[in-house]
Amino acid sequence: MRQDVFTIIDNRRVSPDTYVLTLSGNTSGFRSPGQFVNVSVPGFFLRRPFSVMTWDSEGFQIMYKNAGHGTDAMTGLKQGDSLDVLTGLGNGFDLDRSGKQPLLIAGGSGVSPIYCLAERLTGNGIIPTVVMGFASSENVVMEEELRAMGCRVVLTTEDGSSGIRGLVTDALAISEEYTFVYCCGPLPMMKAVSEKIFTDGQFSFEARMGCGFGACMGCSMMTARGTKRVCKDGPVFGLEDLVW
Amino acid sequence: MVNTSVRLGNIELENPVIPASGTFAFGYEFADFYDINMLGAVVIKGLTRDERYGNPQPRIAECPGGMLNAIGLQNPGVEKVISEEIPKLRQCFQKPIIANVSGFSVDEYVECCEKLEQEPEVSMLEINISCPNVKHGGMSFGTDPGSASEVVRAVKRVTSKPVFIKLTPNITDITVMARACEDAGADGLTLINTLLGMRIDLNSRKPLLANKTGGYSGKGIFPVAVRMVYQVYESVKIPIIGVGGISSAEDVLEMMFAGASAVEIGAANLVSPYACRDLVRELPATMERYGIKELKSIIGEAHHG
Repeated sequence: MRQDVFTIIDNRRVSPDTYVLTLSGNTSGFRSPGQFVNVSVPGFFLRRPFSVMTWDSEGFQIMYKNAGHGTDAMTGLKQGDSLDVLTGLGNGFDLDRSGKQPLLIAGGSGVSPIYCLAERLTGNGIIPTVVMGFASSENVVMEEELRAMGCRVVLTTEDGSSGIRGLVTDALAISEEYTFVYCCGPLPMMKAVSEKIFTDGQFSFEARMGCGFGACMGCSMMTARGTKRVCKDGPVFGLEDLVW
Repeated sequence: MVNTSVRLGNIELENPVIPASGTFAFGYEFADFYDINMLGAVVIKGLTRDERYGNPQPRIAECPGGMLNAIGLQNPGVEKVISEEIPKLRQCFQKPIIANVSGFSVDEYVECCEKLEQEPEVSMLEINISCPNVKHGGMSFGTDPGSASEVVRAVKRVTSKPVFIKLTPNITDITVMARACEDAGADGLTLINTLLGMRIDLNSRKPLLANKTGGYSGKGIFPVAVRMVYQVYESVKIPIIGVGGISSAEDVLEMMFAGASAVEIGAANLVSPYACRDLVRELPATMERYGIKELKSIIGEAHHG
């Protein structure tokens, strides 16, 4: 973990309620896709945790949904503003378990860490299938970018306005043989996915956090190995840990 | 050179900065961030006799100048704290370890303290009679002077370690509780625990926390804590650890002027894992700025003259 001040390069709306924030600064704390950062939003006491969507030696990006007072304030952040950010938090996805044909499943804002993972996998010469689900066509984000990366993308929308009508689980039947599953999305989606897949997998969880680094027990969840902290022991958990 | 050392009963601390229970886990997590031996002491996560999962989610809510928490005393139980957590902390921390104990009955407090009495690595006991986030426990002992006395007497019978009692601010006159604890034999007092609060979600129109209510901590409660430490200092002779919203070296001095012999840092640790480190580093220069050579000498100075 590191604490650094980052400079905002860009803060762009990518769908009616979703934004991509680009920051430059020291990224030496970043280790693996699925990890998160904890952002101090000016005017708020607690930090806000976000999955990392991309990072390189110069900076990183997060995707955030305007879902409350903190994220609403973030939409007003401007190029050149500074942000105090804790980076390199939590345990990310284990790329070594992907096999040759991994299946990546993302729902809504869950596309952010899945995008990061896809970038690393394709960089290693592994072409994943990505099943991504959104409420409606206007909410679809990162589809073209994932296709451009070379991923096989299967899109679902609940209202059928883009791709397959329904939920990501409705599209799982048409996906190819896969060696490992990586999943991030709303809890009911991840639970449904866990019941439908035939191979091992890793699931990335979201939680309301106090600290983001294991101090307060604010984000605890029950697992097969006892109580675990989403921030410190997760946010990525193995299928075998999940008790829902 | 200034002298930052302070005393809590028979325990000498290099400086008064102590992370508060529940905001520092079992301490060793923070050793990854900096050398925690620079701290005066560490209070470990509150323990109970039996393992507790704690309250359902969500347990945390933002509020102006701070936060609400309703963790619900999640901990692995006293035996595992002694066998697993304290040894891990001891590997990276050579300063005093303070155990924080909660209970749902007098017997439970006693059982925990008997076990901790056998643990030489624990220098001091902080008895929490003020947790607002569990039913029929904690705070009910902290709002009735008779029950508080009973806990203090029972605990003092089974331990030779210094016993500090952590008091709740959720009471009309905190000095009544403070005196009851002193009369029952407490070696010191820690105050304040969190203020009972609530947030309601405008969309769901329901309380934001699953527990409905939670404890308010953070900068916003600092003046309340200073006021209560000031009042209690005038009512008792035993030392006070001041806690509540401290987030700068100036706040440390203010709390000590009010009457605190040492301070605990809580919510600030959750905003920055380096909060305590930064306070310890800033303290000497801040003392110099206010013409203070001996930190001990300023305790309760706001009451003089």
